[in-house]
Amino acid sequence: MISIFFKRIFLAIPVLFAVASITFFLIKLAPGGPFDADRAVSPQVLKNLNEAYNLDASNWEQYLDYMSGLLKGDLGPSFRFPGRSVSEMISTGLPVTFELAFYAILIALVMGVISGVIAALKRNTYLDFIPMAIAMIGICVPTFLMGPLLVLIFGINLEVLPVSGWGQLPGDKILPSLTLGFAYAAYIARLSRGGMLEILNQDFIRTARAKGLTESMVVIKHAMQGGLIPVVSFLGPAIAGLLAGSFVVETIFQIPGLGRFYVEAAFNRDYTMILGTTIFFSAMIVFFNLLSDLAALWLNPRSRDS
Amino acid sequence: MMLFSIRIKMIKSRLIELFIIFLFVSCSKSISPVDSGLKDGIFHFGNGSEPQGIDPHVVTGVPEHHILISLCEGLTIANPYGGGNLPGVAESWSISEDGKEYIFKLNKKAKWSNGEIITADDFVWSWMRILTASLGSQYPDMLYYLEGAEEYHTGKTNNFNDVGVKAIDTHTLKVNLKSPTPFFLGLLSHYSTWPVHKETVLKHGTIDDRNGQWTRPGNFVCNGPFKLKSWELNNKIEVERNPHYWDASKVQLNEIHFYPVSNVMTEDRMFRAGQLHLTSTLPSQKCPIYIEENNPDLRIDPYMGQYFYRLNTNNPYLKDVRVRKALAFSIDRKAIVERVTKCGQIPAYSFTPPGSNEYYPDTEIPFNPILAKQLLIDAGYSDSNPFPKLEILFNTNEDHRKIALAIQQMWQQNLGIQIELVNQDWKVYLSREMVGDFQVSRAGWIGDYEDPNTFLDLMRPNRGNNKTGWEDLNYDAIVQKANSTNDQDERYKLLMEAERILIDNMPIIPLYTYVRAYQLSSDVKGYNPHILDHHHPKFIYLERN
Repeated sequence: MISIFFKRIFLAIPVLFAVASITFFLIKLAPGGPFDADRAVSPQVLKNLNEAYNLDASNWEQYLDYMSGLLKGDLGPSFRFPGRSVSEMISTGLPVTFELAFYAILIALVMGVISGVIAALKRNTYLDFIPMAIAMIGICVPTFLMGPLLVLIFGINLEVLPVSGWGQLPGDKILPSLTLGFAYAAYIARLSRGGMLEILNQDFIRTARAKGLTESMVVIKHAMQGGLIPVVSFLGPAIAGLLAGSFVVETIFQIPGLGRFYVEAAFNRDYTMILGTTIFFSAMIVFFNLLSDLAALWLNPRSRDS
Repeated sequence: MMLFSIRIKMIKSRLIELFIIFLFVSCSKSISPVDSGLKDGIFHFGNGSEPQGIDPHVVTGVPEHHILISLCEGLTIANPYGGGNLPGVAESWSISEDGKEYIFKLNKKAKWSNGEIITADDFVWSWMRILTASLGSQYPDMLYYLEGAEEYHTGKTNNFNDVGVKAIDTHTLKVNLKSPTPFFLGLLSHYSTWPVHKETVLKHGTIDDRNGQWTRPGNFVCNGPFKLKSWELNNKIEVERNPHYWDASKVQLNEIHFYPVSNVMTEDRMFRAGQLHLTSTLPSQKCPIYIEENNPDLRIDPYMGQYFYRLNTNNPYLKDVRVRKALAFSIDRKAIVERVTKCGQIPAYSFTPPGSNEYYPDTEIPFNPILAKQLLIDAGYSDSNPFPKLEILFNTNEDHRKIALAIQQMWQQNLGIQIELVNQDWKVYLSREMVGDFQVSRAGWIGDYEDPNTFLDLMRPNRGNNKTGWEDLNYDAIVQKANSTNDQDERYKLLMEAERILIDNMPIIPLYTYVRAYQLSSDVKGYNPHILDHHHPKFIYLERN
């Protein structure tokens, strides 16, 4: 397992290098620049700005300059926000995005696993159909609809929860976490049900039951360990997706997370910010995929032994 | 085994308890920020988007202006009731007979937020900073009206003594202009002309450092009615009352909290839930509904902005003025404002919004499809030689699309021209406009100061924002002449003449005059309509009827 870990970490280096290089040249291909504005700046001012940010150098020079900075951990200054470095902006938004992702994944796991396991155990009964129908709705209803719906019900009509913010008013973290968590809960419910159904038909489950174990022990100790492997495999990309894809929820609920910086940087042609966030999210995706693969390996006795 | 099942039961009961507590805590109505703001004197301000920064010489944009007007102050401030500017740091001023020399007497009580006195030298240094080319300020041209300012900024002279701004003594500032500029006092309420604290700027960088840390909470020193308290990126900026402000006794708010809410629907929900006193704007689809419902919080104020279409006069088909007029005369502006925008916008028949500092242009753009069709025939286009397909370029936005669709239909119906709508990402749209890669392009312009020159100057040759390729030396000479005269009546006559030339040549097609539509809590008082959307916070207070 340790060798796999180091091998994958080693493989991640060229992946991240490729991501950084491709992103660098792709954003240079995009029309428009960071200083284009509705009120056009004079050629003289544009020249000064380009000089200030080294944009007057050739693309290769800029690339080498950026990569050498990157090796030293310097992601450069933001073009959009004078006086702010990309590292500072990532470190500002990251804790919020992590917290949101954590609550969302917690909600997703609790709701998804419980309903999935119950649905598998009570197959073809209303306890199977109802949670699975809700899960299908959760998969089909996008967050940009779910968020405003929850806000309308709990924020505007019932007036019991704040409609936006993060950590400013009591309870303002509930609706965004539910919105984001619900979509993932739906996937997890279906994956748990599928995984559990497969495991519950295995011989070792029959053996466990024959030995006289209670049903809850059979499910919790034996079935869930194997039945939830698909969920664990899904968690890696899901957490990475939650981190990188929380833009919609962050915008709907006015949350100061990283997702908003990421998308707005692309619109603003904030080159260094696009690069910094892309590299950072790529690293997160690689890392969480690795973690989920290792967890799945550990859960599966056959691969663990080998 | 027994122990295991007991533990599961305990966890279950704990979870149920937590759930009940969660429901209890969340399902109780709490005091909204608007209610608590009334008690604490905190104004909750929806501010559109995260500001680039708060360095008045570096940033541009409306959200930045809203914050800066509370933190810093120039020589004059905008009059909350419209009309001439009021004293800011300058308590009085005199203007020479030829209108080219201004002597400003600074208020001796005017201080920086650290308690230091504001001197005339502070203004000289600040204006030197914005005119320092390597700073890369985007608004140096606001000071180009000063003698030698443009020359200093463009490197034709390196001696700042050649620039027409001098400190006569600690509290007297002399400004020499190239020509009489009747709107000069108005320019001074624009943040690019405001002072910055020299020692603080230099402590955290150099005069031309765009990325200096002097604007951070704890470092920031300026001279407005409020001072910077905290700044959470993408979340909130808090400013608190500045005890050193020269007119501190007039300031009634204790704090202002600026929220960078870029999503208009979110902002609308925040307002409805009592989290904001003021929204930056309104979802366009909600405006007609709120008007119909007589929503008491809806405000529709006049705004010095014009929505128009640029025509690329370098295009072989659009270089013929008859074609440009045909396009303009076949648009029913009334229908656009009544059936498309539906939020109190005013049909536009001139480039400058009427009423800007008592300027009422007399130009007309008829809606006359028959005349329009005839003009197109005169230009050589008929059924046998149809006008080629035209493209309307606009940046991706549902409101722009709706207007473009209406115009597409009018041009197709009235002139038989096939129209293609091309929407582009904001930066792509800007870059295509800049290099002239368009035929017809949607545009908008908001005045920087309350004078027709802020519009008419745009269309002079070699102005970066002209973008139409249209150049008229006569127009240029008249605008220049208007700005060299000190007689306002004579000046407006000349500007109207320029306006007539512009509308007669039609490089742009005015469509409607903007309004500023937003929601304002009835608790907010002193937030008067202002054509430039300048609201000095010392006049604003909270009070429940």
